Amino acid sequence: MKIDRRSFLSYTTAVVLGGAAGSMLTPAPWKLMDDISIWTQNWPWTPVPQDGAITYKHSVCTLCPGGCGIDVRLAGGRPIKIEGDKDHPVNKGSLCPRGFSALQYLYGPARVTTPLKREGKRGEGKWQKITWDEALTAVSGKLAELRSNGRPDTVACISGSDQGTIPNLIGRFMTAYGSPNFLCTATAKDAMEQAIYLTQGRQGSPVFDIENADFILSFGAGILEGWGGTGRMLNLYGAGKSAKTLVQIEPRLSDTAARANQWISITPGTETALALGLAHVMVKESLYDRQFIENFAFGFNDWTDDNGTAHKGFATAINDYPPAKVARITGIKEAEIPKLARKFAKAAAPIAVSGRGQGLLPGSIDESLAVLLLNAIAGNINKKGGVSVLSDFDYAKWPEIKIDETASKGMQQPRIDGAGSDDFPNTRYLLNRLPETLVAASGDAPIQALLVTGANPLYTMPDTAAAKKAFDRIPFIASFSPFMDETASYADYILPDHTPLERLQEVPAAVGISRQVISLAKPVVKPVYETHHVGDTFIQIARNLGGFVKSAFPWKDYETFLKATLKDHWRTLNKKGWVEISHDLPEPLNYVFNTASGKFEFYPTARVSGQKTIPPLPAFTPVPIEGDPQRFDLVLMPFDSIRLAGGDVANAPFMTKTVDANVLLHQTSVVEINPATARKLGLKDGDSVKLTTPRGEATVQLYFYDGIMPGLIAMPRGLGHTAYSDYLANKGTNVNQLIGAIADPDSGLNTAWGIRATITRI
Amino acid sequence: MSSTDKNQTVSSEAAPEAKDSPASKSSGWAVFMFFMIGFVGSLLAGWILFPDLLYSKKEQPIDFNHAVHLSVVYDGCNSCHYFREDGTFAGMPDLNSCVDCHMDVMTGDPEEVKFVEEYVQPGIEVPWLNHSKQPDCVFFSHAAHVIGADMSCESCHGNIGTSEHTRTYEENRLTGYSRDIWGHSISRLGSPEPGEPRPMKMNDCAKCHLEETGHKGACFQCHK
Repeated sequence: MKIDRRSFLSYTTAVVLGGAAGSMLTPAPWKLMDDISIWTQNWPWTPVPQDGAITYKHSVCTLCPGGCGIDVRLAGGRPIKIEGDKDHPVNKGSLCPRGFSALQYLYGPARVTTPLKREGKRGEGKWQKITWDEALTAVSGKLAELRSNGRPDTVACISGSDQGTIPNLIGRFMTAYGSPNFLCTATAKDAMEQAIYLTQGRQGSPVFDIENADFILSFGAGILEGWGGTGRMLNLYGAGKSAKTLVQIEPRLSDTAARANQWISITPGTETALALGLAHVMVKESLYDRQFIENFAFGFNDWTDDNGTAHKGFATAINDYPPAKVARITGIKEAEIPKLARKFAKAAAPIAVSGRGQGLLPGSIDESLAVLLLNAIAGNINKKGGVSVLSDFDYAKWPEIKIDETASKGMQQPRIDGAGSDDFPNTRYLLNRLPETLVAASGDAPIQALLVTGANPLYTMPDTAAAKKAFDRIPFIASFSPFMDETASYADYILPDHTPLERLQEVPAAVGISRQVISLAKPVVKPVYETHHVGDTFIQIARNLGGFVKSAFPWKDYETFLKATLKDHWRTLNKKGWVEISHDLPEPLNYVFNTASGKFEFYPTARVSGQKTIPPLPAFTPVPIEGDPQRFDLVLMPFDSIRLAGGDVANAPFMTKTVDANVLLHQTSVVEINPATARKLGLKDGDSVKLTTPRGEATVQLYFYDGIMPGLIAMPRGLGHTAYSDYLANKGTNVNQLIGAIADPDSGLNTAWGIRATITRI
Repeated sequence: MSSTDKNQTVSSEAAPEAKDSPASKSSGWAVFMFFMIGFVGSLLAGWILFPDLLYSKKEQPIDFNHAVHLSVVYDGCNSCHYFREDGTFAGMPDLNSCVDCHMDVMTGDPEEVKFVEEYVQPGIEVPWLNHSKQPDCVFFSHAAHVIGADMSCESCHGNIGTSEHTRTYEENRLTGYSRDIWGHSISRLGSPEPGEPRPMKMNDCAKCHLEETGHKGACFQCHK
């Protein structure tokens, strides 16, 4: 059989057709079709949830100072869901969106997975992976060098908190090393603590017993935005909870204001005047607690000191704040003021609270004092449902630190931020003053090495651009952040800490809760990456430094240190998860105040110290804001939202997904403006505008909101990150970059609740 | 008509030699023969070669003896393949369950020695090959079948409990699932012998549900 081209083609076709016909009668094509479809469902990049036994681990959330108990659900040992712990005394099962989405911090791409050394320019994002040994040697080497030059005080540490054993361990390290410059992010709690110290002479955490109060007068406190522990407040005020009366005083209809029984819109920055005005009515109408005032108050009435000098008392001073005048200052209707004062005074358990939004801004001491004094007039100091002070948890005492001469000399140097100096004797930390001091210093920068832990100053500090410039003067920056945050990405070395779910630590009481609750955050999962507990890192650095610094840390690691610190409580904490120590309030006749007069000082004598000429009695002086009103016709005010984290640790990306189009539209921040104001400026809803303040500018979109006072524009904290991951970076504008700090004349704490601004259509 | 003429013209011009070739005369037969070669070849390939190519053969990491274990435990299958407290089914026991007994070598059986040395001592989970593994998109409740409908393990998994050796695991090279899911008959004709594991494709679920409950069931019952 001879095969030519033509027959070859036809035979081949015959074989193919025969094969095709035959294969139709076999299972192969049908089976392959099925298998291929299943194959497409099992591509290796398709996420498949872990299978396995479902278990629960109890822990406590450490993302904010709230201290909410959490239940972590694990499947086959992998954490898959976080829920509020129903038994936990702080939150009783409630949890904020951030707590719910916290798994994203564990698994998210924003994590620093190994120690890193900067390769390119600062902030360029070029890193070299290094070993832990190399990283620890680099940091210890730098610190040893500065110490051997006799300048340990040129090392500063910025911490996100000063509560609990981790910050205290780091504080101890700084002392043993010889630097007074342990700086901490200041919040409204700092101002409240100072107000309490000035009036009662006691140091400790302020307690606002909202649980037992029945009338809450909130001067802008974001009860539903994260103030006083979000889980705790959601438990008290969440949907379907409690019928406590809440009166919210703030210039913007916030979620809290919307939930309140009454919302009083007030000209921002005039809260002090309203508090004093309410006090005026209460005193005039004898609506104050006579028993408390007569027995325990100092400086309520006019008084004469030992030298025979007569002083005005509080009751006289507030004559300056009659309702008509207060109405003019605050923009509140005159008739409203006595009505509100009477309601407050006549409630069974009224409480007045301060702290704007989540309380990220410390605010003015006069304001904190004026609000605290309202509580004193109502007689609910040291009472159930009132304001009291919680002493720090009684940890076991650590062995005393022996310090060498170098450390001793270093510790005697003045603090870089001026806290505790003659200018600001009652303030502990003034981080907001760091940039200007750095820039103003001539010659070598006064800070040669900066350690940053649990804080993200290059995002949270006012005027972030200026802060960054100031940081440029510091030759060595080491970050201990678990995340590639703005500060870490600007550091020279990153020695990553574990994330909250991997990190062992104890968590002290939620701010404001009326009893001592210490919880144990137990790791629910083994570290996912090559990270080290920040406590262990500092112990290791101390060991590398040797000498007295080393001997200040006799513990093997942080866990040993924690066990030694918690002593008898360790067993309970380990088993139950928390210890609760009731806060015994003194009997009404046994109040003890540690002030000069031994009484509750309406006239805080501790305010008169050194060269300062601050009038001791709280008075209203408008909290100034930056900017020339001629050039800047509006006022920009940041606000807090429960769906955005404006503090040291950024949002979990899920949270950004929950914000509405009137907060973030695509990549652009949206600012709220009253329609009347906008129309006057000839602007429409949804217009793209350039927002300019004395500190910076940004492109934003307008959102017409009737809930904001005319003349104001508002934008939320927590957007506009430049670091972390693609899921967070470049979404909206960081409001901090538009606002500068304004120091309170008394405390030095930041009081800038806003800044003048102007908008122009693009 | 005209087209035939044209063809003839073309063929006579293009291949004058073919005209005389005897092969061109018998091309019809030859074409049929080649068709049949293809036809029969693909039938043989599809029925005999294909299944062998589709599945790779693997052995379990340990040659596990179900019969021996079943004779010493108190609660039958449930002793190791138990329901957890929350009602979910544990499936293959994890190392912890095994270690309850096999802390150390108990019998000296070479497979047990291997198990203790390679898995128990270093604390590594045994990578058992699961003949019944379903894709993640399938929600199957053992509780509904075993507790709710009082079915025996054997009714789906066959007489695995009396086996003295593990079977060769045939893994579908494309999907990664066991051949048991499709069933050993590549044509899926007939039903498995009593004591053999039952196939577990969706249609198998539906068939049994139709027989037992009168309805095939709705999508969301398994695809949540």
